[in-house]
Amino acid sequence: MARLNINGRTHDVQVEADTPLLWVLREQVGLTGTKYGCGVAQCGACSVHINGEVQRTCVLPVGDVKPTDRIVTIEGLSPNSSHPVQKAWAALDVPQCGYCQSGQIMAAAALLRKNPKPSDKDIDEAMTNLCRCGTYQRIRAAVHLAVGTSMAGSTLADQSSQA
Amino acid sequence: MNNTTTKMPANPSRRRFIISTAAAGGGLALGLRIPFGADAAAAAAAANPEMNAWVVIKPDDTVVIRFVRAEMGQGTMTGLAQLVAEELECDWKKVAIETMTAGQNLARKRVWGDMSTGGSRGVRGSQDYVRRGGAAARMLLLQAAANEWNVPVGELKVADSVITHPGSNRSTTYGKVAAAAAQLPPPDQKAIRLKGPKDWKIAGKPVKRLDTADKLNGAKVYAIDTKLPGMLNAALMQCPVFGGKLVSFDGEKIAKMPGVRRAVKVDDVTVAVVADTWWHAKKALDALPIVWDEGPSAKVTSASIAEHLKSGLTSNDAFADTDVGDALKAIAAAPKKIEAVYSTPFLSHATMEPMNCTARITDDRGEVWVATQNAERALAALSETSGLPLDKCEVYRMDLGGGFGRRITVPDYVYMTVNIAKQFPGVPVKAIWTREEDQAHGFYRPISQARMAASIDESGNLSALYIRVSGQSINAFANPAAIKDGKDVRQLQGLWKEPGDAQIGYTVPNMRIEYAMRNTHVPVGPWRGVNTNQNGVYLECFMDECARAAGKDPLEFRRALMKNHPKHLGVLNAAAEKAGWGKPLPPGVHRGIAQFMGYASYSAAVAEVSVSPKGEVKVHRMVLATNCGHVVNPGQIAAQVEGSVAMGLSATFYNEITIDKGRVVETNFHNYPLLRLAEMPKVETVTVPTYDFWGGVGEPTICVVAPAVMNAIYAATGKPVRSLPLKHLNLV
Repeated sequence: MARLNINGRTHDVQVEADTPLLWVLREQVGLTGTKYGCGVAQCGACSVHINGEVQRTCVLPVGDVKPTDRIVTIEGLSPNSSHPVQKAWAALDVPQCGYCQSGQIMAAAALLRKNPKPSDKDIDEAMTNLCRCGTYQRIRAAVHLAVGTSMAGSTLADQSSQA
Repeated sequence: MNNTTTKMPANPSRRRFIISTAAAGGGLALGLRIPFGADAAAAAAAANPEMNAWVVIKPDDTVVIRFVRAEMGQGTMTGLAQLVAEELECDWKKVAIETMTAGQNLARKRVWGDMSTGGSRGVRGSQDYVRRGGAAARMLLLQAAANEWNVPVGELKVADSVITHPGSNRSTTYGKVAAAAAQLPPPDQKAIRLKGPKDWKIAGKPVKRLDTADKLNGAKVYAIDTKLPGMLNAALMQCPVFGGKLVSFDGEKIAKMPGVRRAVKVDDVTVAVVADTWWHAKKALDALPIVWDEGPSAKVTSASIAEHLKSGLTSNDAFADTDVGDALKAIAAAPKKIEAVYSTPFLSHATMEPMNCTARITDDRGEVWVATQNAERALAALSETSGLPLDKCEVYRMDLGGGFGRRITVPDYVYMTVNIAKQFPGVPVKAIWTREEDQAHGFYRPISQARMAASIDESGNLSALYIRVSGQSINAFANPAAIKDGKDVRQLQGLWKEPGDAQIGYTVPNMRIEYAMRNTHVPVGPWRGVNTNQNGVYLECFMDECARAAGKDPLEFRRALMKNHPKHLGVLNAAAEKAGWGKPLPPGVHRGIAQFMGYASYSAAVAEVSVSPKGEVKVHRMVLATNCGHVVNPGQIAAQVEGSVAMGLSATFYNEITIDKGRVVETNFHNYPLLRLAEMPKVETVTVPTYDFWGGVGEPTICVVAPAVMNAIYAATGKPVRSLPLKHLNLV
């Protein structure tokens, strides 16, 4: 039994305390936007925010989460995909298969909350989630675009030139 | 020549899935293929007037475009919709996509044709008939308007779903005439004229993908997210050693664990635990006592496989695809010769969404919910495993969380999940592979080695080239019928003498290119780019060794051999020009170049790389040029090129599947690491379409990534790089 605050709502779930929060979100609460990728906190597909910090939930036992901890999943990041990160992702057509993108977006949103104008080096350090489709170039451009720096537009234009 | 052939156990994994599939698959293949005929039974109700199999126009002007290939991130859904919409002359903002199932395709005599999505065929393999579908629909809609107004159809104009008759100043929309159009006979095929690319307004443009919105907010439902009433969940484990078997398991030991229903035998190789939740199933599986018979391959190691392949470098059981002049004689007699042996490892696909499948089997109905690149093969597997006829089966396709070839050949996830679900009649069961299970049981990129030899004449030109590839055959595992007279030419992809798909881009007076098959017990399959990756490394890195021996610039050395290959040369020049080949670079940065052909497309790359005093390699920038014939969406071509660089660099630096005690060593991303964002170089894409053919996009460019980087390291250090991954390379 655990009481969780997820996306501003209280959920009481019947689970063993060692169940990873990822599987509680997916199987008990029904929020499947948070993904299973590796189970060992390597890939970041399971990233959510807990009290504003990005956390990999596949190795986080639900018993370690307090009822007062504020959990935000991709479904709760914004109404209508209106978070600047989501808008930037849409503007630059970042996703390919999309499977890792919930985690990428949560990681980027957490980065921008702490560091409103990240440098490329800051992005390198914060954005460690795996993407097998290889959308990294657009992720970087979209993080810049989300904070309104001028770099993003030129980066996209540079990506394709028809000779 | 050495004629030793090391003994390796036969591949028992083959029998497990493949032999019997042919029967069901063959049944499907007999289906008629009518790209878009009239079909009275399926002709739509007034609410959804169907123009033909590809286009439905709703009264509110919504344009529904049917999609049957698989969308796994490569953008084919958007590209094909652009081509249909282009001919249809519809309002792009009103386009919606309907994904058809394998059962629907079968029920309509395969009206939508081939559903499999591999070999970079998604657009090039269906562009003609989908464009015809769009054009035929436009003709019907115009005819319906002409009939209504009683004017000649030739007097009508159309744009953005609006039909006008300038003579009488009347206008209408597709939605208003669609019901009447649906009643008209389809136009004569010969009357259909397709537009040329110069007239394109939707195709050829970097329009946004149609499938992005629900990837941004968690709403998109992947196969792994399937939820059905009363659904149970399964975690499974196959014998860790390929070819081993399940002997026994002690289900009593885990019977009382939370949520557990029971442990079940899946097949001769596999056991599963079925529980209320997947986490409960997985925990119980971890605790389940299992006895394996590890079979005949339990002592195989990467070292023994390497020895086995090595025997194929000099054996006399090879065949030659290209054999011009007398390469071996010319090399033997030449004053300056170069020799090298190269190797590349097994690779796993590591799609971000692990293998999974949901199945529900009753006495008279079989259903699966699955991510597959080959829905009809999944349907066949469902029918075969459930024992239900094809027309009682259905495959609900979900967009894939990555494919890369893992989900196109053997639908192992369908076989196994259906075998589990059969034991819970009427109850949907979802099986999810752990990442470890996914890594341990893939269909890996085949391992190979290559013996390269060449001679340089007095004027510094390549006078002879000899290539012997020795390695595992995908066809021998997955499609033996494709091997003609024992000659499996597929393993020489990219080195073929035949033009058109994957031809070698050089003319050399004496050239012999051979393949010796050396199979192992490891299951193999296509991996993005398939054999172009390995063969591209062998040829293009060796070309740099030859250029250096000849004392020539690698670009100039290649150009001299490419006069008969203008399209190969075209992309090479385009990449070199964009990259500024020959111009000064920052201190410590070096360039490497490579070109190769695959999937009917031509690719070239220039890499800018530095090697630190500690031996650390950094890729700063990569310029890639592609001639894929027609450019349908330049934004998505750039996306595929960027993704190919990331996947190609993962393989270049880190990835290998090694074998110890007959099983895979690399279990998860900590020991099978993928490239991360910080390591991603700046990627620039140059498209040089010649519009005289249709080539692939998803796969062709990955094969030039590794050799361009390896050649840049060679330029930096003066030492050739001959094996992957580079993590083993000591550059200090």
